[in-house]
Amino acid sequence: MLPGLGYFLLFHYGALAGNLIAFKEYVPFDGIWASPWVGTGNFQRMFVDEAFWAAVLNTVWIAVLQLVFYFPVPLALALLLHSLTRSSIRRFVQSVAYLPHFISWVIVVALFQQLLGDTGLLNSSLDGMGLSTVDIIGNPDAFRPLTVAQVIWKDAGWGTIIFLAALAQVDEQQYEAAAIDGAGPWRRFWHVTLPAIRPVVVLLLIMRLGEILSVGFEQMLLQRDAVGPEAAEIIDTFVYYQGIVGGDYGFAAAAGLFKGVIGALLVYAANKVAHRLGEQGVYK
Amino acid sequence: MEKPKPVTQAAKAVALAAVVLLVCVPFLVIVSTSLASTDEVVANGGWVLWPTQPSLDAYRDILDGGIVTHALGVSAGVTLVGTLLSLACTVTLAYALSRPGVFGGRPMLLLILFTFLFPPGMIPSFLLVKELGLLDSYASLVLPVLVNVFNLVVLRGFFQGIPEELYEAARLDGAGDWRVLFSVVLPLSKAALAVVGLFYAVAYWNSWFYASLYLESDHWPLQQVLRTYVVAGSGLTDATTGEGTISAPQTVQMAVLVIATVPILLVYPFLQKYFTKGVLTGAIKS
Repeated sequence: MLPGLGYFLLFHYGALAGNLIAFKEYVPFDGIWASPWVGTGNFQRMFVDEAFWAAVLNTVWIAVLQLVFYFPVPLALALLLHSLTRSSIRRFVQSVAYLPHFISWVIVVALFQQLLGDTGLLNSSLDGMGLSTVDIIGNPDAFRPLTVAQVIWKDAGWGTIIFLAALAQVDEQQYEAAAIDGAGPWRRFWHVTLPAIRPVVVLLLIMRLGEILSVGFEQMLLQRDAVGPEAAEIIDTFVYYQGIVGGDYGFAAAAGLFKGVIGALLVYAANKVAHRLGEQGVYK
Repeated sequence: MEKPKPVTQAAKAVALAAVVLLVCVPFLVIVSTSLASTDEVVANGGWVLWPTQPSLDAYRDILDGGIVTHALGVSAGVTLVGTLLSLACTVTLAYALSRPGVFGGRPMLLLILFTFLFPPGMIPSFLLVKELGLLDSYASLVLPVLVNVFNLVVLRGFFQGIPEELYEAARLDGAGDWRVLFSVVLPLSKAALAVVGLFYAVAYWNSWFYASLYLESDHWPLQQVLRTYVVAGSGLTDATTGEGTISAPQTVQMAVLVIATVPILLVYPFLQKYFTKGVLTGAIKS
């Protein structure tokens, strides 16, 4: 167990300590420890930086869109799959639906480009039929719906797995009892199925809220060049461009630390709310 | 239960067919286009659904040595070594944390779970790798992501599900910790190991960001090459095939996409039957 533990100590706690750089001005020659302190200077700069707040706003926007439009899809899909009586069909659809989860974001983005880009499948078909083409990839206005569509394509199937597990644990006898009491399919769904999966739904919702500042870094970074920072800049890409690309390490680390602290606070708060509502939450 | 109404059944069938088609059609288009001849792709406006004269020209062009072949080797090597190292570290750690009464077990677990709640951040991680002198080494793709907390929790939960009597029986027979791990625990955990191994392998195979961060371009793995030449659209054909051979970029791009996807499609059917068993028994318990 020592190698594994060593890994956590070095690469997590070591790096965590490296967040000190947020309070320093990083000088490559001196390293993290010897670089001069600047106190909260990096944070002061950050709080008056318009680009930073634009990135925060974008992040929250995209997260909210994903919450509203992506979150219900796996649940709906799971309910649909669960209602199938033929298990062979169910297993086949499940296998197909899980698959995109294992495809890298590079491939997903390339796929969407090939299908929806200006020379892609959609537009060359439209062109062939004499219709005007639509610019979807590379259009900042279409970018937010596009990212939601990509997330749904990639992960909605995989997201069903946990709901299906919760549904599988519902006692078959409860359905039968409800049916005998005269409950139709809708009433059974409402009074048996939903209460059974409520804890899982709440749990996932909390985790999602806690990660509201983390919306697909790779997904955005891959497409930022095509649509420009106005549409695709999120906190993580802001950190990347300020720090790694721009070399302003202390400033970028401050933005990253800001995100980490807010994220941790959100998880903590959401978990508290879950306990108030009588749910189990992520931890006790 | 009574039979559902025909309308409901039809609606369900349509929805299911839509799911299957939405996943499968993009792959089909990619594979078909990569196999089509240049003329056909051009005539058809950039893509084909079913090639009339299949040809492997695009594959021959990119596998003729050069960037893609090298990147393929890098990806395969990093995936193989990384998965084995990650599995070894995760299994030993999960085993130790799954046994009751291990010295410092509880604080250690909390210490690890905390990293899940509070990740260190991109800049400090980058500077750490830099100060450790790992820049431009393949170790920088493996060491910083060696153990995944989710995988650890899954394995630990699975190990805890093994009946206590089996441990006791092995102890009575005089087996030490290593012996128990290898002769009792691991053989019983094949489903969980398969799934966790797949997760690691997929993560290593798919990773491109660390490569773009830590490696010089002549050491890039396949996904990063794909990103540069397909997503960002730089000229791959010139670099790999030299002068003279001109392949339709579309077929070549699609072929690189296929090469990057195929390994996953190959292992997937063998492992996906373990998903539910492996992931859920581990995750739900904890």
